[in-house]
Amino acid sequence: MWNSFKTDDQMGMVAQITTYAGGNGDKIHTYTALPQGNGPFPGVVLVHHMPGWDELYQEFARRLANHGYNVICPDLYCRFGHGTPDDVTAKVRGEGGVADDSVVADSEAAMKWLKALPNSNGKVGIVGTCSGGRHSVLVASRVPGFDAVIDLWGGRVVQSADQLTPQQPVAPIDYTKDLNCPILGLFGNDDQSPSPEQVNQHEAELKKHGKNYEFHRYDGAGHAFFYHDRPAYRQQQAMDGWNKVFAFFEKYLH
Amino acid sequence: MCTMIAMHAAIKGAGKGSEGWFPLTQANVGFDHATHSQAEHALLLDFVNGDLGPGARVAVEMDIASGRALIAQLQAAIEAAEASGVAE
Repeated sequence: MWNSFKTDDQMGMVAQITTYAGGNGDKIHTYTALPQGNGPFPGVVLVHHMPGWDELYQEFARRLANHGYNVICPDLYCRFGHGTPDDVTAKVRGEGGVADDSVVADSEAAMKWLKALPNSNGKVGIVGTCSGGRHSVLVASRVPGFDAVIDLWGGRVVQSADQLTPQQPVAPIDYTKDLNCPILGLFGNDDQSPSPEQVNQHEAELKKHGKNYEFHRYDGAGHAFFYHDRPAYRQQQAMDGWNKVFAFFEKYLH
Repeated sequence: MCTMIAMHAAIKGAGKGSEGWFPLTQANVGFDHATHSQAEHALLLDFVNGDLGPGARVAVEMDIASGRALIAQLQAAIEAAEASGVAE
């Protein structure tokens, strides 16, 4: 929880851009934030959003690490080249987006990287916002080994046939029966993607398959309500949401 | 929302980016999350040269009404240029 540390706690972390062996063993960049100490610490794969591998996600990584999680946030756009986050994102957008298979492979490799850390407690969660929420659901459904997944307003979990693309050939909702771990979902009722109807549809599918899920819907919030750098930020809903994120990971990753 | 709306046009010309002028080869047009403008979504125009890397980019974000106004004036300028006889 926010501000739950003790003023005489030992706190520290090492946060940096580094590289790791991603999907296919490719050397790709990643931002890691690792708390100092012997742990054991749970791990979190942080899946960045469509607007890119950006400073906001570096902050998210450090926030999670500050609460005692080993965090790895792979640059899912690494293979498209390098530059400022918005320039790289523009290139990816212009080429139709990153392929789901690429994200799944990099995320699986990230999960294994976390589990191999000497201070790992053996448990790993996955979380992302926007497209990262969608990807988190997809990865947790296709890859065994995750202990919790958090979908923060992931759009296009529900996709109509005409929304499928070569990069996104299957809607994540169609993998629901294969979901391997408990899921937390946070959504804004003013969001258009996912719309409240699509959130209901996703919840119904989880229920149908007997999955362990927890969905929360916020009035007065739309898409991206955690983003303090954007007009979409909603302070009250965001802080409540962060506390739900920490409570969920506390419950399933410790 | 992540619309994944992305259109392309091959273009000949030059653009001025963060490091000066460079030759342009393509214009990408999207409608998706805005990076800088205050709207949640915007028309995203990127004039790029893929051979020069992601930084070879002139970026514009605008709302849909602005896009329509721009299209109208582009069209008007093109027609005027052709009518002038000096369109080349």
